[in-house]
Amino acid sequence: MRYAAGLRSRLTLGIPAGLALLLLVVPLVALLTRADWARVPADLATPTVLPALRLSLLTTSTTAVLCLLLGTPLAWFLARSDHAATRWVRALLTVPLVLPPVVGGVALLMAWGRLGLIGQHLSPFGVQITFTTVAVVLAETFVAMPFYVLAVEGAMRGLDPRLESVARTLGASDLRYLRTVALPLVLPGVASGLALAWARALGEFGATLTFAGSYPGRTQTAPLAVYALLEQDPAVAISVSIVLLVVSVLVLALLRGRWLR
Amino acid sequence: MRRRGRGASSAAYGLVVLALAACGTTPAPAGDHVTVLAAASLTEAFEQLATDFEATHPGTSVEVSFGSSATLVQQVNQGAPAEVIALAGESAAKPLDRAAVKASTTFATNVLEIAVPPDNPAGVASIDDLDRPGLKVVLCAPSVPCGQAADATFASAGVSPSVVSREVDVKATLSKVRLGEADAAVVYHSDVVAAGDVVRGVAIPAAVNTTLRYPIITLSDDPTARSFVEFVVSDRGAATLRSLGFGTP
Repeated sequence: MRYAAGLRSRLTLGIPAGLALLLLVVPLVALLTRADWARVPADLATPTVLPALRLSLLTTSTTAVLCLLLGTPLAWFLARSDHAATRWVRALLTVPLVLPPVVGGVALLMAWGRLGLIGQHLSPFGVQITFTTVAVVLAETFVAMPFYVLAVEGAMRGLDPRLESVARTLGASDLRYLRTVALPLVLPGVASGLALAWARALGEFGATLTFAGSYPGRTQTAPLAVYALLEQDPAVAISVSIVLLVVSVLVLALLRGRWLR
Repeated sequence: MRRRGRGASSAAYGLVVLALAACGTTPAPAGDHVTVLAAASLTEAFEQLATDFEATHPGTSVEVSFGSSATLVQQVNQGAPAEVIALAGESAAKPLDRAAVKASTTFATNVLEIAVPPDNPAGVASIDDLDRPGLKVVLCAPSVPCGQAADATFASAGVSPSVVSREVDVKATLSKVRLGEADAAVVYHSDVVAAGDVVRGVAIPAAVNTTLRYPIITLSDDPTARSFVEFVVSDRGAATLRSLGFGTP
């Protein structure tokens, strides 16, 4: 009797759990089985793919550097303040996390477009952001920065507040404390934040397509190339997808193995 | 960090549940209902034709889904449940699985036109102006009919345009001009007509222009699907198409 009840409850939980696993794993397995591994290297060297991969590498690295330079100070301010305004800023930061990327693209257009809030003041100087690699970096930073800031803020909140008091008594400025004490201690948080932000930037599609357009070598990143190739040469699109999948898994493995455990 | 990660994954969980719920709609059984796939350039025309058909054929419903011809053909080849597909140009129909085709007929023609913002800030007056350095020209992607037609037209005009983006379909291409981001876009004449006052058209001479002959293809023996196609090629359907800038065969 008890055995049957145990079995029933195991099934009640096990079936949805198995379904959940299938929903997640089947598409990935399907992609891997459809891949023709032998042709992957040749496919990556084609004139559409190579510039797209190079552009993705360039823009995602720039995004990571921007996160590091601008996001770290923001995380620092958020971590040390419990002001009501801080909570609002943090809530605001999570918006790009859940926003449909295409809506992010529209918002970026309204800000940086030729007729946009900021963009209209740039046009008289002959500067147009849309359709440039800068637009790709802006789109990627828009979606990736929140990941970085929230990761680093979490790590900074874990610091012993006495460290800062001691540093202050010794006459250290905020900047000096951040550089010599806080940052080295939260390095794992910074690294995982960077990896997350980088991976999110690599996958960016909707905001880039809407805001930056798609032109080989300039704004057509790897995900955009996959989308374009799917209509022209699906086999090449699958090869590029495989590479993006492998890279994502590598980032995940790096996170799990090195910093998250 | 870990706490945040979990928050994000539970948010993602919610999204998946929502997505599944949204995808749960099953296609209505054939009979009085027709599912039509139509090229992006046919958006206004087929919305009008579907409304007119439903009005003149009580009890029927027409559901039209729009996209680039290349995407639509792929959807049909992957088994999308559609009874009718209308494509921008005959070459777009070539990759279509022959076994799925019951009947095909040409119902409209279209030519390319340059769309510029109403105030035409770059002063584009002809196709020859499009190779001016610094100009922001947007074309359709090379994989979709309007992109291929644009490439052919530029080749015969001997013009290398200053292209800043190649968009997924003709409506996305036009939207870059409507938003004021691009100085010019090469779209169909019908798109310029449908857009009304928000863009201005600059004609491309017939000598270099590319004419596309739009096929409408029946993919099922369903009588309602057949009568919808008959309606599109009827005098009334042709009048609707002509009023929206298409030619009729």
